[in-house]
Amino acid sequence: MSILVDKYTKVITQGITGTTGLFHAQGARDYGTRMVGGVTPGKGGTTIDGFPVFNTVREAVEKTGAIASVIYVPPPFAADAIMEAVDAGIEMVCCITEGIPVLDMVKVKQYMEGKKTRLIGPNCPGVITPGECKIGIMPGYIHKPGKVGVVSRSGTLTYEAVWQLTGYGLGQSTCVGIGGDPVNGTSHLDCLRMFEEDPETEAVIMIGEIGGNSEEEAACFVRDHMTKPVAAYIAGRTAPPGKRMGHAGAIICGGKGTAAGKVAVLEECGIAVAASPAEMAQALLKIYKL
Amino acid sequence: MNIHEYQAKGILRSFGVPVPDGHVCYNGASAREWAKRLGEGPWVVKAQIHAGGRGKGGGVKLARTPDEVRNIARDMLGMVLSTHQTGPEGKVVSRVLVENGCNIARELYVSLLVDRSSSRVTLMASTEGGMDIEEVAARTPEKIYREAVEPLVGLTPFQCRNMAFSLGLEGKLVNKAVRMLEGLYTAFIACDCSLLEINPLVVTAENELLALDAKFGFDDNAVFRHPKIGDMRDYDEEDPNEVEASQHDLSYISLTGNIGCLVNGAGLAMATMDIIKHYGGDPANFLDVGGGATIERVTEAFKIILSDVSVKGILVNIFGGIMKCDVIATGVIEAARQVSLKVPLVVRLEGTNVEKGKQLLAESGLNIVAANGMADAAQKIVRAVAAC
Repeated sequence: MSILVDKYTKVITQGITGTTGLFHAQGARDYGTRMVGGVTPGKGGTTIDGFPVFNTVREAVEKTGAIASVIYVPPPFAADAIMEAVDAGIEMVCCITEGIPVLDMVKVKQYMEGKKTRLIGPNCPGVITPGECKIGIMPGYIHKPGKVGVVSRSGTLTYEAVWQLTGYGLGQSTCVGIGGDPVNGTSHLDCLRMFEEDPETEAVIMIGEIGGNSEEEAACFVRDHMTKPVAAYIAGRTAPPGKRMGHAGAIICGGKGTAAGKVAVLEECGIAVAASPAEMAQALLKIYKL
Repeated sequence: MNIHEYQAKGILRSFGVPVPDGHVCYNGASAREWAKRLGEGPWVVKAQIHAGGRGKGGGVKLARTPDEVRNIARDMLGMVLSTHQTGPEGKVVSRVLVENGCNIARELYVSLLVDRSSSRVTLMASTEGGMDIEEVAARTPEKIYREAVEPLVGLTPFQCRNMAFSLGLEGKLVNKAVRMLEGLYTAFIACDCSLLEINPLVVTAENELLALDAKFGFDDNAVFRHPKIGDMRDYDEEDPNEVEASQHDLSYISLTGNIGCLVNGAGLAMATMDIIKHYGGDPANFLDVGGGATIERVTEAFKIILSDVSVKGILVNIFGGIMKCDVIATGVIEAARQVSLKVPLVVRLEGTNVEKGKQLLAESGLNIVAANGMADAAQKIVRAVAAC
């Protein structure tokens, strides 16, 4: 077991004929993911490197039985691509695209209300259940099947955490990159709830960063409802206020969203916060006995 | 992206939001001329820099005669204005806004922003205009009113009325406020804003509403569909290194320390700064080279880091996923040669093709210190810089 995706998940790629889309579709297929095709409007009926290409997501779903989709569509068209996937009844959409206008995402969020689709991202590395299903751009080989769930707003910092875990012999149940944008589909809290319910996940590492209050919200859930140990790291202790640190959502506004503030709340809620990014796995090992 | 107040007021005017009549001026003589054209006086001369708190720093002055407008404008132009937002180094004033003064009866606050927790545009207003809104929020949160906007419906008249009544407006001012708030919302959506703040919004003695100041923040991700707004970008208001970096698709922010950082990924870049601090060092910058960095981009990144004279050492921290470590290593070697690197360089590589990358660095003949893991890398660079 795992959350979100497993070896049965059939996945299509939106934007499959683009360089990035094709490259990562191939990478996911090599990893063992059931990549069943892709969508590029106007190129339906063709195939690319063995992947059947469809004009619409609806058609791709009908013909392949896909339940998940990954989006590598350029920013101006990405919001529409998400809504197309939602309309076609896709269960999980993973939007890798970085740079989507925030007001587009505000509309997407409203559009998705009451629909069954879960959106991961945008501006994220994707989701992986090691050994079963890789959807996104993360390097597969650093992962190891196991029982630690990982959720993060950052890509490379997730790899760092995973690599530390793997180094200690700790495998991962599922790793979710929720993305660095201010308006996104899935929160830290959503992932913690899923990890808590997943019988195969025994512990969680949550990686956050400055800006917003997604980490604090998740911490309250840990305090009130979570039975599994949670370790965390918050990036941006040295970030100056008012400056966007790469991610659109990583900004301290009006004294809110500081790393110090988040760390304090997390610790109050019983989360083991790593003092440095080199100690994420160690922080977990202090509270998670094998 | 930010713009100047006079540009912001120009946009508001085009959306029917009442603002004082005024004009931007670049020298004293034209300030005097514009004052005469605008009206009878008095006038207000306002320094145009991208920072708040200008009044306290001497960047907003009242003038009674056109000659006085000229003299004030002359004094302001070229002066270094420092406010709590510019830092002590301040910013040079290269343009001023001359506008008609008004008789202020009340000062209010109104803003629109994207609220992250509700994923909606939120209208915020307060009776405490002219003050730092963060202070109001901290001290008297009950004096801040909010209306969340349904994106598919837009800001509704009843929400605007709610706001107007909450602000204590009466009579004809209620409808004027509704029209004004609708205009602000239309401008916010049409321009893809991330923030639109009117502080203060004034009620005049003549019972009119006026946006006395205006601050726009645009969503950088959406500027591509607003070329006219993109043209308003004033590069003089930005850190030259940050501008240079953005032209090479590098995400760079200068800080005050002496250890330059070159990292892939925003989260890892922040974490690298943090771990330098954790071991007693001080980062000189945030720099994310992105996922698909080429040798050219790595070289540019090195040049930008080194153009900061306070940099006494560089830490490269790469977790190669899609980006292969041997490519990064080649880039680092090439860059170090091109810029004839003289400060200590510590490189930590992990991920795809890491062994090849490490081998390239070792065989390069350059004085590159290899590190195993983030902690080792941070400790090594902090020690190297301390020894300089």
